[in-house]
Amino acid sequence: MLSAILSMLGLGMVSSILLGVASRVFYVYEDPRIAEVESLTAGANCGGCGYAGCSAAAAAVVAGEAPPSVCIVGGPESAAAIAAVMGMDPGTAEPRVSENECTGGKRAANKYDYMGVPTCNAVAAMYGGRRQCPTGCLGYGDCIKVCMFGAIEMGKDGYPVVNQDKCVGCGACEAICPKNIIRVKTMSERLFEFNSIDGAHAPCTQTCPAQINIPKYINQIKNGDYEGAVNTIRERNPLLLACGRVCPHPCEDKCRRGVVDEAVSINQLKRFVADYEMNSGRRLPIPCAPSTGKRVAVIGGGPAGLSCAYFLRRVGHDVTIFDDNPELGGMIRYGIPEYRLPKKVLKWETDGILNMGIAHKPNMRLGRDFDLGSLVAAGYDAIFLGIGAWKDYALNIEGNDLDGVYTGISFLTRFAAWQQGVSNDPVPVGRKCVVIGGGNTAIDCVRTLVRLGAEEVSIVYRRTRNEMPANKVEIDAAEEEGVNLKYLFSPNRIIGDDNGRVVGLEVQEMELGEPDESGRRRPVPKEGAVQIMETDMVVLAIGQGPDVSFKEAEKGKRGGELAITKRETIDQVDPRTLQTNIPYVFTAGDAATGASLVVEAIGGGRRAARSIDLYLSGKPVTPPVNDLFKTHIPGSIFESVEGVTKKKRIEMPELDVATRIKSFDEVDQVISEDDAKKEADRCLFCCTTCYNRDDACKI
Amino acid sequence: MEYILLAISCILINNILLAQFLGNCPFLGTSKKMETAVGMAMAVIFVLVLAGVFTWCVDTYLLKRFDLEFLRTLSFILVIASLVQFVEMFLKKSIPALYSGLGIFLPLITTNCAVMGACLINIKEEYDFMHTLVASFSYAAGFGLALILFAGIRERINLGRVPKPLADTSIGLVTAGMIALSFFAFKGMV
Ligand SMILES: Cc1cc2nc3c(=O)[nH]c(=O)nc-3n(C[C@H](O)[C@H](O)[C@H](O)COP(=O)(O)OP(=O)(O)OC[C@H]3O[C@@H](n4cnc5c(N)ncnc54)[C@H](O)[C@@H]3O)c2cc1C
Ligand code: SF4
Repeated sequence: MLSAILSMLGLGMVSSILLGVASRVFYVYEDPRIAEVESLTAGANCGGCGYAGCSAAAAAVVAGEAPPSVCIVGGPESAAAIAAVMGMDPGTAEPRVSENECTGGKRAANKYDYMGVPTCNAVAAMYGGRRQCPTGCLGYGDCIKVCMFGAIEMGKDGYPVVNQDKCVGCGACEAICPKNIIRVKTMSERLFEFNSIDGAHAPCTQTCPAQINIPKYINQIKNGDYEGAVNTIRERNPLLLACGRVCPHPCEDKCRRGVVDEAVSINQLKRFVADYEMNSGRRLPIPCAPSTGKRVAVIGGGPAGLSCAYFLRRVGHDVTIFDDNPELGGMIRYGIPEYRLPKKVLKWETDGILNMGIAHKPNMRLGRDFDLGSLVAAGYDAIFLGIGAWKDYALNIEGNDLDGVYTGISFLTRFAAWQQGVSNDPVPVGRKCVVIGGGNTAIDCVRTLVRLGAEEVSIVYRRTRNEMPANKVEIDAAEEEGVNLKYLFSPNRIIGDDNGRVVGLEVQEMELGEPDESGRRRPVPKEGAVQIMETDMVVLAIGQGPDVSFKEAEKGKRGGELAITKRETIDQVDPRTLQTNIPYVFTAGDAATGASLVVEAIGGGRRAARSIDLYLSGKPVTPPVNDLFKTHIPGSIFESVEGVTKKKRIEMPELDVATRIKSFDEVDQVISEDDAKKEADRCLFCCTTCYNRDDACKI
Repeated sequence: MEYILLAISCILINNILLAQFLGNCPFLGTSKKMETAVGMAMAVIFVLVLAGVFTWCVDTYLLKRFDLEFLRTLSFILVIASLVQFVEMFLKKSIPALYSGLGIFLPLITTNCAVMGACLINIKEEYDFMHTLVASFSYAAGFGLALILFAGIRERINLGRVPKPLADTSIGLVTAGMIALSFFAFKGMV
């Protein structure tokens, strides 16, 4: 008996001493929190979390890759305890949810008839599936079978639908899907996704500079899910009220339906849901990721700055917007007139963005009140420059300094500031006014002058209507409102009287000659055809560029090194990352591209936000892989579209001319719910190559 | 020749999983994916060879010498558990590549009945040191063989149409039974 006890004791001693020594000799440092977290998991090693056992899950939590709620067996108690160890709020880490990105895998034609084992993996093994479409959902629901939480169901149209409330983000579906269609991502990952060359995108989505998933929101409108549609748009564009009103909708130019009859009225639909949210009196919540503690200074509160700030805030960074003007919006507040975008509407929209927890410092001008160096000193980790294009190009002709001569942007902004009560310096309006130029600025000037009671308003443009860069609907509206459009005239000189006041404008008639480098036919003067127009006010609106005068003030300092192009726009290392030559400074919008569009600025703002996020997390700032940048997927733009019956698009309601020219009331009105549904029904819900034919199964 | 016969008998005829029905929990637990099955098989081979040799030494030089055979089970548990812990620490520090391959499986087999069982069988059969070495390796190889075969079959089953009530473990057990039956064909070979 004694020997038994002794030998067991001896054996035990030897083992424990050996282990004790070994633990010293073979010590490897491991974060003690891993063990602590592991002890708080259920210890079932079930793998339901998607990690190889509880210890792997614990390591992932400590590495910040998994949320405290990772243990699905442990439930909320375990999540709370783990969060306490990690010093986080439970549930603040961004949840990952799964989403099936294909919504019409059945529409493509069959390559072959398949009667084998009904699983996606089996059919995918045979030439990548039985359908012609290389990217579509195969529809056998391997993801449904593999989901341990019953979060995926087969939708009525034959493709799996994820119930996002049940999804725990374990990633089993993503791992089993042979086509990489069902994907598990965090909100931040979704927000910073860009269209890719090998993706499944409708022609409209490919064309939209902000890359909104257009068929998705139109489908939501069709199903009456207006809030869902708003959220879909907000994943790509925070300024839906503004865009719904002023966007020249390049998407509609490439709409596949346009090949059959008329393009879907995409922008009207956007405006419809945007107005629906505003009029419902309830702001939809905009979820934001937990705070990262990084701070970003956004300079310029125009569309580019607002978009960049919005996306950075949504992924958890702290953002402050510095703007020269008292209110946010930039050119869409001080340039685009009230009758196109009521300032009340814009205010509702910008307030919603500030409500997310973004700070706004008004009346702060870069180069006057602060410089880049002072922002760095104040602890900002990155800077976004979205200062827009606020400097009018000068027209060097005789008399451009006479009394009664204005430039486009300064006229519009001065008037807007007065109209919005910011200044008490009204612009004296002439009787017979002439605006020189053919862009949006020129058109907005004439339409504003009409409303201000000028008796005769003309536009002088040196090419024809086809070459005019302004939005076509704007030109139509100006014409309806009685503006006299003089095409193929170029100003020679402005004539003044003895007091230095404008009395006339000498114009030269032109004709179109050979095309120039921009592809437009160059206007050449017609021999001897010179006219004098009687006028008492001339507005020069021949274009505008960024005002980079802040560089003067920063000479010799960091900001002075910022590279500027010949066109005075801010230079970028790569237009797809929008990083400048100073690594922590990023840019987008008119400041980066020269005068462009609101959507362009919004898309650029998101792109820059992605780069800033990469920069802040210490990753290399590289463009998205397979980025679909300003091109279309080959083969996705069709010459002809079969199997669709013609149907007219919905007309846009607008104020009649006689009433509208007397006030600054909004001209374009919103379409009715019925019309919105009808219009949504016209959409073909395109993918890269498939679309809904009349006879094929509809989504 | 004798060793070859011993190996064949341990791998095929007395297969630890299919003929002795030891180590069933990892058999069902880690056979869903080929990758994990291979990892597990390697870990078992590694641990079983070590454990077989160690327990043989303990048995011969300690228990037998002092007439303490009744303490066999107890002391084997102690020895195997400490051994696995030791090896785990050693690998983590010295051969991290091997550790990352076997790592998560090692603790899982600390108290595995296949390991324990094989060690006890070695003693019961009164093998000498070389026989113990060969037998331990072969039992482990047999375990690996059965596990990998089974994982392959289960991956196929996943593609097939399995009635709901039979899904997953149930069909796994049925299949295991059938493989075991087929292994019975080796009986009487040696
Ligand atoms: C008259 C007019 C009509 C237009 N109509 C349309 C239209 O119908 N549809 C369309 O899509 N686009 C239209 N555009 C173009 C559109 O407005 C611009 O492309 C868009 O606003 C660009 O956004 P942004 O953020 O880059 O710059 P901006 O909107 O110009 O914003 C720049 C911001 O930076 C601030 N800022 C400037 N300098 C400084 C500084 N040094 N320090 C601090 N802050 C500074 C400004 O106060 C401003 O808030 C129009 C433009 C004009 C001028
Ligand atoms: S039909 Fe619909 S999905 Fe297709 S291009 Fe037009 S709006 Fe986009």
